[in-house]
Amino acid sequence: MPIQVLMPALSPTMEKGNLAKWLKKEGETIKSGDVIAEIETDKATMEVEATDEGTLGKILIPEGTADVLVNTPIATILADGESAADLAKVPAAPAPKAAEAAPAAAEAKGDAKAEAPQPAAKVPAAPVSEALPDPEIPAGTEMVTQTIREALRDAMAEEMRRDGDVFIMGEEVAEYQGAYKVTQGLLQEFGARRVIDTPITEHGFAGVGVGAAMAGLKPIVEFMTWNFAMQAIDQIINSAAKTLYMSGGQMGCSIVFRGPNGAAARVAAQHSQDYAAWYSQVPGLKVVAPYSASDYKGLLKAAIRDPNPVVFLENEMLYGHTGEIPKLDDFVVPIGKARIARAGKDVTIVSWAMGMSYALKAADELAKEGVEAEVIDLRTIRPMDTETIINSVKKTGRAVTVEEGWQQSGVGSEVAARIMEHAFDYLDAPVARVSGKDVPMPYAANLEKLALPSVAEVVAAAKAVSYR
Amino acid sequence: MATPKKTVAKESGQEKAGSPPEFSREQELKALRDMLLIRRFEEKAGQLYGMGAIGGFCHLYIGQEAVVVGMQMALKQGDEVITGYRDHGHMLACGMESRGVMAELTGRRGGYSRGKGGSMHMFSKEKHFYGGHGIVGAQVSLGTGLAFANRYRGNDNVSVTYFGDGAANQGQVYESFNMAELWKLPVIYVIENNRYAMGTSVSRASAQQDFSKRGVSFNIPGKQVDGMDVRAVKAAADEATAWCRGGNGPIILEMQTYRYRGHSMSDPAKYRTREEVEKVRHDQDPIEQVRNRLLADGVSEQDLKAIDAEVREIVNEAADFAQHDPEPDASELYTDIYR
Repeated sequence: MPIQVLMPALSPTMEKGNLAKWLKKEGETIKSGDVIAEIETDKATMEVEATDEGTLGKILIPEGTADVLVNTPIATILADGESAADLAKVPAAPAPKAAEAAPAAAEAKGDAKAEAPQPAAKVPAAPVSEALPDPEIPAGTEMVTQTIREALRDAMAEEMRRDGDVFIMGEEVAEYQGAYKVTQGLLQEFGARRVIDTPITEHGFAGVGVGAAMAGLKPIVEFMTWNFAMQAIDQIINSAAKTLYMSGGQMGCSIVFRGPNGAAARVAAQHSQDYAAWYSQVPGLKVVAPYSASDYKGLLKAAIRDPNPVVFLENEMLYGHTGEIPKLDDFVVPIGKARIARAGKDVTIVSWAMGMSYALKAADELAKEGVEAEVIDLRTIRPMDTETIINSVKKTGRAVTVEEGWQQSGVGSEVAARIMEHAFDYLDAPVARVSGKDVPMPYAANLEKLALPSVAEVVAAAKAVSYR
Repeated sequence: MATPKKTVAKESGQEKAGSPPEFSREQELKALRDMLLIRRFEEKAGQLYGMGAIGGFCHLYIGQEAVVVGMQMALKQGDEVITGYRDHGHMLACGMESRGVMAELTGRRGGYSRGKGGSMHMFSKEKHFYGGHGIVGAQVSLGTGLAFANRYRGNDNVSVTYFGDGAANQGQVYESFNMAELWKLPVIYVIENNRYAMGTSVSRASAQQDFSKRGVSFNIPGKQVDGMDVRAVKAAADEATAWCRGGNGPIILEMQTYRYRGHSMSDPAKYRTREEVEKVRHDQDPIEQVRNRLLADGVSEQDLKAIDAEVREIVNEAADFAQHDPEPDASELYTDIYR
């Protein structure tokens, strides 16, 4: 039966076009790939190539015709052995569906009435992630005092002993023993096959890590600082975070990107940025930002075991801090669960990472004035433990967020929005945000101090929401 | 290229004279069938795009078929393949099914990514096809990572990492070259030079137009190959896989090829003349070359038509499936974000 050639759509948005010119005449032989006509769209003149072979039987739309709707039959092609007589066999032209064509026509005429309101498609509810509680630490468990630097090293070493697919790569992680000595001793224990010094090439080695993870390995990619990872952000987001979804669940990426994040001391604007808000916006990533030594260890172990890409944000200022870590064979803290760092009834302070240092000191100050603050350490930014925040706010009726990052579209803004959505009726005051100032980090010591949040600001915010 | 040498720059471009080794009749027939499948599939995809059944971006591989078919003939089980957004041909060459690829193009649940990836983002763990990547050049670092995994595991598989003359100007390509040679990773960088990065010709975008030399400063050997002759591609691929499996590190193959269609379906291709396209098509078409050799060898026109008919049948069945398979269930919106 003769084949119909339809008016093609030549761009993602094309609905109609002009048939500018026929390059073949009726009766001419056509081979697959021959240019048979030219179509003018609103953007360009395009060629139409034949995909079938035979003879051009009949031209249905003469050249010069304007506004031919997509999918209108424009010609028929006769296959080998067919003649003009076969043209009669072609079924009546299936005109483009009126429903499809109408909106475009209506739009062109500016006819508002034709745009019937569409019933909103039912969007399925987003799944709610359930976080596991912290592991129980048996009574009498010995506690070891360690620096956060050592806690991170031990977490990696334990996971590398446990799983041969885990390896670490990054700048100066091996021979130099880590730019901040976080990987001290790993080369000696695991050798150069699994502890790999890279050239200074963040974009490249992040991509190599993601590729290795797609092949089933479990890389730990260390960035000397997260500031340098901006060069690699395409691989983290477009390749690591999205591949599982884009592959329909076939190909995931078990990888940890880790390194110091946020402000160190006197290193100025390019080396002092907090990326928690940036990465926390991306579905497919998990974002972890611990504060205490035991959380550093337990969460890094969880991150390495997690089958998803995890952004693990550390803080250089905390590497030398010490804390108590339970001496257990396998101490893993689940991702996605906040911790109540200090219980209180009067005001909720939500923070994480370095922000916790201001929050906890502020709680001490407030206690002296008779205000009992409840301090929540989020620990994981994505998925966020909304439940713990909301339960606390329902109790206190007041909330303050504390972060070193910038305020606009910051994590604190997200926390405030969730409180507004889930606990509006419980609030006795608007949520207050304490954050880094809206400036690039200055170098001068006095200005740097001003750019960061302070204990005094947290105290003032807590009092403000308490109307004291 | 008897054995790839470190002084590759000198070798570049010198191998074009002389015919590549002959194929057996079985090889010619297989190459013809595999290339025809890609050509007919792409023609059909173009047609479905024209009908509005395929949305968004759709980059066709017509004209370049000999590259993936010749490369694939040299690979063995477990070798990984990764490429950019012009990926339909690579998937079919890897043995992925036409219907699954076509249904992904139409955004249906039977597609390789259950309709969530589309033309530029498809994968098959089973066939060792690692995508399908929409960010130009990103697959080069990823492919280097696949090679890293091979070396880490101590197997002798090779990562075949495809990219175009346009991607060859991205910075991460050279970051990857450096690490691949430094760590002697088994990766074949196949640069498909089809002469245009979207609308920009190689001469307008590339200071060094001999892409086989792009690894010189990293000591990576390279070779220019007639990418329109499937036998030349296969011969180069044989040597490249041997080089990589032998623990010698990466190698670059510049495939000199040509795409007949626009960059994407919405490209009017005004940056080149119709005559230029017609000339390549007439003089160098990869499928016609094989057809002519088979006919000269005594295979009948009838037999060749039978192959074409078989291929058209597969493609038509795929197109039919792709248009009738249901769209993904709404519940798929929130699946496969985490595992």
